[in-house]
Amino acid sequence: MVTSIKKYQTRPLDSFKKAVELRKEYYQNVREAKQQGKLLITGGADSMVALPAGLGDYVFFEGEPYGATISMDPEFSGKCVEAAEAKNFARDMCAYMRNYWGSMFLNKYYFGGEFPKPDFVMQLGFCDTHAKWMQQVGEYMNAPYFGIDMPVGTPGRNVEAKVKYLTSQMNDAIEWMQKVTGRKYDDDKLREAVRNECKSSTLWSEIVCYNKAIPAPLEQRLIFTLFIICILRRYERKSVEFYETLRDEVKQRVADGIAAVATERCRLMDDSQPPWYFLQLYKYMEKYGVSVVGSHYSFFLGGSLEEMPDGSLGAPKTPDEMGMPMKTREDILRAYALWYIKKPIISQMFALPHFKSETMLRLVKEWKVNGVIFHLNRGCEGTAMGQMENRLALTKAGIPVMTYEGNMADRREFDEAQTLRRIDAFMESLGLSKLES
Amino acid sequence: MTLDRAKEIVTNRHDYAREWKKKTGSKVMGYFCTYVPEEIVYAAGVLPIRVIGSHEAQSYTEPHIYTMFCPFSRDVLAQGLRGKYDYLDGIMIGHSCLHLRQAFGAWMTNVPASFSYYMYTPAKIQSPHAKEMMLAETTEFKKAVENWLGRPITDDALDKSIEVYNTNRRLLKQIYELRKADPPPLFGSEAIELVLSSQLSDKAEHNKLLESVLKELPQRRNGPQGGNIRLMIIGSEDDDTNFLRYVEGLGATIVADEHCTGSRYFWNETVPEKDRLRAIGNRYMNRPPCPTKDWESRRRFVHIMNMAKEYNIQGAILVQQKFCDPHEFDIPPLKALLEKNGIPSLFLEFDITVPIGQFRTRVEAFLEMLQLEVV
Repeated sequence: MVTSIKKYQTRPLDSFKKAVELRKEYYQNVREAKQQGKLLITGGADSMVALPAGLGDYVFFEGEPYGATISMDPEFSGKCVEAAEAKNFARDMCAYMRNYWGSMFLNKYYFGGEFPKPDFVMQLGFCDTHAKWMQQVGEYMNAPYFGIDMPVGTPGRNVEAKVKYLTSQMNDAIEWMQKVTGRKYDDDKLREAVRNECKSSTLWSEIVCYNKAIPAPLEQRLIFTLFIICILRRYERKSVEFYETLRDEVKQRVADGIAAVATERCRLMDDSQPPWYFLQLYKYMEKYGVSVVGSHYSFFLGGSLEEMPDGSLGAPKTPDEMGMPMKTREDILRAYALWYIKKPIISQMFALPHFKSETMLRLVKEWKVNGVIFHLNRGCEGTAMGQMENRLALTKAGIPVMTYEGNMADRREFDEAQTLRRIDAFMESLGLSKLES
Repeated sequence: MTLDRAKEIVTNRHDYAREWKKKTGSKVMGYFCTYVPEEIVYAAGVLPIRVIGSHEAQSYTEPHIYTMFCPFSRDVLAQGLRGKYDYLDGIMIGHSCLHLRQAFGAWMTNVPASFSYYMYTPAKIQSPHAKEMMLAETTEFKKAVENWLGRPITDDALDKSIEVYNTNRRLLKQIYELRKADPPPLFGSEAIELVLSSQLSDKAEHNKLLESVLKELPQRRNGPQGGNIRLMIIGSEDDDTNFLRYVEGLGATIVADEHCTGSRYFWNETVPEKDRLRAIGNRYMNRPPCPTKDWESRRRFVHIMNMAKEYNIQGAILVQQKFCDPHEFDIPPLKALLEKNGIPSLFLEFDITVPIGQFRTRVEAFLEMLQLEVV
């Protein structure tokens, strides 16, 4: 199963720097939104972030990426989670949220200054946390709050009713946003933002498909740096331009046989968010010649995959590419609703475990993966849901699997030494030894 | 006393269901959360019973559910994996929390049943569009049950089912009304057993049981003592009636509750209308909400504060299944609200088994504090 040792050519990715710049600029925009005359809206990363576009310029301040960012700073993160706990919120709740809340309770924005006060709060509710997280934010910040209910349910069932439910709520949201901001809503701007979001997503999906190649042109740490634009700024034109450039660069890397890990001899996937404060985990595995080529999480948080005519998984078409009408507000909202209903991160991960298991098995096969590492993530009940059943399904299919416990954004629940020892044991079971030795 | 029969149903729930099945020759469906339209199942001639845990230490679920998920969901799954519910013909769940949904998913994968159904129950029940979505889902669910059984569910059967369920809710509410008295004629543990036995038995039979209880209660001589501290229990799923008995053995009477094993289950009735499925669905959207469905505004707290006032409570015990995220969100603001209204509260975190000695000390201290306040 494990391929022989070979050294591939490797080179830095030009788009890496651009991704870092765009992320930095985003957090500056959050801080300076008011000075720039933009609306500041806060909500979860999977919110329908294009929806406020009709109001004019805005920045959508997303909770989860901000919580992840804070978690990388031990001192500030420690203060934040303790501030949330001091308000009697349990330490087993979402770790992103406790970092975000703590920053809000302390009135300190990680990138300097006070915690930004949103003009309003908008959320898409699909797990136990999101809608309630933002309920607290709305109350604490004294900001109006609108939640949209994502009809999860069994994928493929009652699709028309789900579309109607979502579009009705989006129409309500538009009316509500006009009322709370006093701004008029422009459908052309909505159309543009939805197009940007869908295009960013399909481009990202196209990019992850290039990682089927051996050697993989990208590895997971790099993927995390690159996918974030598709989370934070997917409704912007800048996001589309970034992913077009990245797509071309990754395509060229595949054509040139450029590897992300020069010594790739084993390809793994992982599951759930990583412990963001310990991304050295991936670097450690590289010592064994391991390239972590992606995950259900990193592929689908921003992207989506569907079956192509040849039976393989590939990037879905955008509403425009599918020929869906995008003329009226109703057209746009319908296309947008369908886009969210099909999102695997919601329809698979938050429905029932076997939906995600089936997709994971396909990913393993098509991305030529030798084993899967599950981060049993105490920090996110959403991505942790069904993980043990996913593990059983993969094991049943004969795929080597290991698990380690941790928390994506609360380092108090992560044991670095124990995790590395478990990885060592897993590598040994895969017949791998450190390349230095 | 008929109250003993309710306790017997809860204690011997599997025997009850097996006997019902034998007696009627019909099917039994286990449901995982109270956000399911039971009336449709009942109208189909199938007995809907709630799947609950057994409060026994277990290691069956370790390979299936990670331990960060709530003990109730793990205890529930353990029952399936141990074969305790081997008489079930089908299982279903309404969309509510991730914890129980995961238990359902693992059960579905590992315990054979001829019917399993995950229904989307809207989470934003405050949305004016939630009822339409619920209608679409109940319609699909009805079709699925009909396909499973190979026969239609008639309007007449739905009407009868709605009436039986409404009668049950009305009778339970009448009994709860009696708890406003000092002393109330029944203990809180007994009240919860009445609700639990309703979830675990044929509602038509249960209605007869409730009617008998209502007749017997005014003559009861061995009920709670007058002058006890009046408590309300609030929070997660709570079927641990042994613990409630402990509390009530310490000079307190539980006079009100806000649990899905209590008032949240039956508080409102189905308002009949021509479209039966719409009527059924509307009730679930209008019922006192679980915290996971209580946003953007907080309607749940209104129900709690109304009860607290009407039942003249002196203190509240906030019961939370460990790791239950929906309740973890509500407990800090709820505790603050109770305090603001002069109602002291004690927070207890439940596991599959509870540390009764430690809890006893804490409850005793809480009651002593309340006693001092009364003096």
